[in-house]
This record gives sequence, structure tokens and C-alpha cells, in this order.
Amino acid sequence: MSEVLLTSLTVFVLAVLVGFEVISKVPATLHTPLMSGANAIHGIVLIGAMAIVATADNPLSLVLSFVAVVFAAMNVVGGYLVTDRMLQMFRQRRAPAAPGEPASVPGGSAAEAEGAGPAQG
Amino acid sequence: MDPQTLATIERLGYVLAGALFVVGLHRMNHPATARSGNQVSAVGMTIAVLVTALAIATGTLGSSVGLVGLVILAGVIIGGGLGLWLARSVQMTAMPQLVSLFNAVGGGAAALVAIDDFVKLSRAGQVPVDTTIFVGLGVVIGSITFSGSLIASGKLQGVVPSRPLVIPGGRFITILAGLIVLGGFAFLVGQAWQAAGASSWTYLALASIVVAALVFGVTMVLPIGGADMPVVISLLNSFTGTAAAMAGFVIDNQGLIIAGALVGAAGGILTRLMAQAMNRSLANIVLGGFGTGDVGGAAEAGMEGTVRQIGPDDAAVMLAYARSVIIVPGYGLAVAQAQHQVHELAELLESRGVDVKYAIHPVAGRMPGHMNVLLAEANVPYPQLYEMERINPEFPRTDVALVVGANDVTNPAARSNPKSPIYGMPILDVDAAQNVIVIKRSMRPGYAGIDNELYTNPKTGMLFGDAKDALASLIAAVKAV
Repeated sequence: MSEVLLTSLTVFVLAVLVGFEVISKVPATLHTPLMSGANAIHGIVLIGAMAIVATADNPLSLVLSFVAVVFAAMNVVGGYLVTDRMLQMFRQRRAPAAPGEPASVPGGSAAEAEGAGPAQG
Repeated sequence: MDPQTLATIERLGYVLAGALFVVGLHRMNHPATARSGNQVSAVGMTIAVLVTALAIATGTLGSSVGLVGLVILAGVIIGGGLGLWLARSVQMTAMPQLVSLFNAVGGGAAALVAIDDFVKLSRAGQVPVDTTIFVGLGVVIGSITFSGSLIASGKLQGVVPSRPLVIPGGRFITILAGLIVLGGFAFLVGQAWQAAGASSWTYLALASIVVAALVFGVTMVLPIGGADMPVVISLLNSFTGTAAAMAGFVIDNQGLIIAGALVGAAGGILTRLMAQAMNRSLANIVLGGFGTGDVGGAAEAGMEGTVRQIGPDDAAVMLAYARSVIIVPGYGLAVAQAQHQVHELAELLESRGVDVKYAIHPVAGRMPGHMNVLLAEANVPYPQLYEMERINPEFPRTDVALVVGANDVTNPAARSNPKSPIYGMPILDVDAAQNVIVIKRSMRPGYAGIDNELYTNPKTGMLFGDAKDALASLIAAVKAV
């Protein structure tokens, strides 16, 4: 085994152990978003796809790597967005019954700005 | 900048990204920090992609930058655009199958990276044994995930029948595909061992592995019932992470190795947690225990006792004059997308002074936690949602329990009948309520394939119909009371 590979293997094993530890007692409510969030992270394969585009030396390889980039980009972008959409709802419902939530956001920041004014003065 | 500095920047970028992934995942363990956790992880991803783009643009990885840049940009725009559109437009009820779809393409990408790099290495000369092993693993795991996740997604979407599909000779095909994968794998490694150099046999073996692994993914997921899909998707999710890590070994990219290993391990733990929440063992699910009909004798007895059917008007009177109502939403509600109707009915009852609560079983809906998301989407106030441990003591004090499309999670057999396949599963004590109304499409048993004695309980009235339609008629009837 080469030196490079041994280093990589070390990194791999440590990352696996961190992966085991980082998920602890998750409430069942969060299982789905957490899975979706982890799903987005393995979209990291995008950087691998980008790397094989860069080394493509024939049309077939170029096509294969292009498909890989499309797939991986879909995984990354879609994965993060759909997770965010799910988690957004968790936060929304924590704010108790704010009617018309689009209006409540600027309203909240305005209130903050007003609050900051007197404090400075 | 000289190549050395650039390579250092790239590696440092991966370390930073890896650290952000860990922090992000950790923050996703708690509801309050979960959203920011996902954002932290997205920042890590952006950093990883940017340093890779920088490395490619400055030519450390290749020469014809123009074409390369164009292909990557086009791919990112098309793929990213598709992802954006799907993530934005999907109904919240259809979200599990979308996650599975994203998982499929991720696995496909990992397999493609491994395949492509192996072909390049083979043409350049002899591929070392260790690299061959990582390529093999990446190709096999990636391909299985790709086809398996597509089937899982199709099952949840209803394109593929969600009941356990047993094709004649399915086991045989699975085993055959597994053998072909192992044989091809052994051939490639043997060839690398003897330093025989690539021949047309090499590519044939690689192609056989890909095809056989794709078939394996299909035949592995087909016999698993729709209700078990969340656990399967989580398992395949963990596979994709592992496949990405393998691809990282092949192209010597530590960013891929760190993130892939992290997801592989975290996904594995999460899969176990999900299986535990459903009181199932992973082996039981994957090998197809109950749900495939292997558990004989569970469903044979049929129903004893009579079922009392009631109409919307009777149900409306019971609800309207109750002091307290607990709504038990389940899988059927998610399928019928009736969360808005449930909320409307609850508000109507509240306006009449009825105390309304929701009882959320840990695995209600199509995935653990899915029901909370669906009800949040319908603007059900958070304080009304009660977890199982908190709501169970309330049932005896409750006038009416309204069960909407939930079955096995309300089955008293889980407490009382040690012979039942679901014995020991934590359930909602719906039968303790003064009166029970069950909205259900038919008397068909739930996915466990067993009868629910709740339905023959004298306290129970059955309101047959699709959850959405039945709730709509119930709303109209309550208004008329």
C-alpha cells in the first residue's frame, strides 16, 4: 500500500468513527430531516465528478463525467433545499400562531430596529 | 500561485468542509439548532466545491480548461436546476420519495466516478490491486443504491406497487446477481494481482458487475413493503455515503473520503434508530419478514365480533358535543393528503369550545417525523401536537378519540397478545378513550397484515371512506349541528 493510500485510510477510519458518534439521541421527529441532511452531504461526490471531467480524454469519458456532474449537482442542491424546507416548518410552528407569516418577518425586524434605536440614544 | 500552494489550499478547504459537515450534522440532532446545522453543512459543501473549481480552473488537474469549465458549468446548472425545481415544487407528502430520488442520483454519480476513473487508469497502464478493490466497491455499492433507491422512490410514489412484490424466482435472481458481482470482482482483483494489464475481458467484467449490481438493487427492494421504505431509504443513504468515500479513494480526494465516511457511518446509526422506533430489526426488514407474508398464522383468524359502522352525522354529533377530542393521524392521512382537512375540523371543534389535541406516534406518516412536518405545513399549532408518552395518560379522560388512517399504531394486540407480530411495539392507547371514531377506507388490515381488535370494540364507530372525503363530510356535518 502506498503512503497516500495509508493516509487516506487513516482519514476514512477516523471519519467513520466521528460519523458514529455525531448522531446521538435524535428525537424521532428529526429522523427524516436528518436523513435528508445526510443525503445532501453525500452530494459531495460532485467534486469527484468535477475532477473526472477535468481528466476526461475522450468523448465517452466526457459524457459519463457530464452525467455524473448532473446527478451529483441535483443531489447537492435538491438535498439541501428540501431539508431546509422541512426544517423551516419546525421553526415556523415554534413561533406560536403568527398569522400571515410573510408579513411577520419584516414586522419582526422593524420591531428589532425600533428596539435598537432607544437603546443607542 | 504555484501549484504547491494551490494544492495546499485545496486540501485545507476539504478539512474545513469536513469540519463543517461534522458540526452541521451534530446540530441537526436537536430541533432548535437543526436548520442552522443544515446551513452550516451547506456552507461546507460550497467551500469544497469552490476549492475544487479553483484547482481545476488553474490547471492542476488538467489542461483544456475551456471545455472542462463548460461541461462542469452546464452539468451544475442542469442538475442543480432540476434539484432546485423538484425541491421547491414537491408536495410535502411526496417528500420521502424525493429524498430517495436524490439518493439514487448521488449513488449513480459515485458509481460513474469510479467506473470512469478505472477505465482511464486501465488505459494508462496497470491498475494496482488496492485501487481495483476501491473501484469495485464504489461501482457495486453505487449501482445497488442507484437502482434500489429508484425502486424505493417509485414504491412511495405509487409507480411501483408498494405492497411487497414477490417475483417468481426473485430470490434466485438476487443470488445469481450477487454471484456475478462477486465473480467479476474476483476476476478484476486477480487480474490486477497478476499485473496482467487490461484486456477486453477487463471491461466485460466491469460491465457485468454494473449490470448485476443494478439488478441486485431492484430485486433487493422489490419484496419490501412500502411502510418499511423509510428504513430502506436510510440504509441506501448510508450506502451512497460509503460509495462516495470509495470513489474518493479511487481519485485520491480526501474531501470525498471524509464526507462519504461521515454519511456512511451516521446514516448507518440513523437507520438503526429508525428501525428501533418502528420496533423492527434491520435484518427482518431487508430479508422481508412480515409484510411478505412469511409470518404465517398472523392473519389467519379473521375478525371476531361485529363492527359498528356510523355515518358522518352521528360522528359529527359525538365530536361537537364532546369536551375533549384527541386526533390520531396516521399513514392513511398522509396518503390522502388530508392534513388541511384535519386542521379545519380541529379549528371548527375548537370554535365550539372543544379541547383538541393531536397524538403523534413516533412513526406516524410515511417516515418517522413525517407527520409533524405535514401538520406543521397545515399550520397546526405546535403546542397541540403531543408525543406518545405525553398523550397516553390523557386518553382515559378523553371523550372522543378520532383515528384518521392510523392502524397498527393503535392496535391493542401490541400490549395484550404476545403472539402478535407487533407485540411489544409502543402504541397509542386509543382504546382507553370513552368513544372512538375510526376513519378508514376499508376493513383491510394495516401493513403488518393483522386484524385490529380496536375496530370490534363496542366503543368504536367506523366511518368508512377516504380520509380526505370523510373529513370533508364530517366538517360539513359538524357545521350543520
